[in-house]
Amino acid sequence: MVINIVSSIFIFAGVFFFLVGVVGLLRFPDVYTRLHATTKCDTLGAGLMLLGLAIQGELVVAGKLILIIVLIWIANPTAAHVIGKASYYSGIAMTEDSFDLDVSSEEEGVD
Amino acid sequence: MHTIYTVAAIMLLILTFLCLIRAAIGPTTADRVVAINVIGTKTMVIIALVSFIFGQEFFLDVSLVYALIAFIMTIGVAKYMEKGALD
Repeated sequence: MVINIVSSIFIFAGVFFFLVGVVGLLRFPDVYTRLHATTKCDTLGAGLMLLGLAIQGELVVAGKLILIIVLIWIANPTAAHVIGKASYYSGIAMTEDSFDLDVSSEEEGVD
Repeated sequence: MHTIYTVAAIMLLILTFLCLIRAAIGPTTADRVVAINVIGTKTMVIIALVSFIFGQEFFLDVSLVYALIAFIMTIGVAKYMEKGALD
């Protein structure tokens, strides 16, 4: 009974984080901020939902689910990093409110 | 518990269709790749939920393989965006 309640809390917390990620994906202005939102939903949402399933199953099932969680936690930040790097190098513009943090250009501007 | 699994799977399906909006209207290729990446993660979780709903353990292996394929797809498309070729 306690296990069922804890598992339900984990599963619906995961659904909540997926919802937050989708809202960010639909409303944020450019690809970098959308990437920021969806990476949270990948790690926290999928991790919490699979953890909620893992405490329900037997030992073999829990082991497989933990394996999937570890794979997600390695693969999805790597994929997000690669997408961000590819977007930056292929010249996709940031949103107009963002500013450049390049140190060398600031030093050139100082008299 | 089956009701909770089913409700969570249906909510994830609705969120998947919302992601599909971004994949359709996304201004750049990178937006579409981000949306498809999220859809892949959601599909993987839905397969794990279906495995618990129907009581079939081998669906978890399908979920693991789907995660690997989605990762390779993202890496491939991102490399093609950056360099214009896959070699």
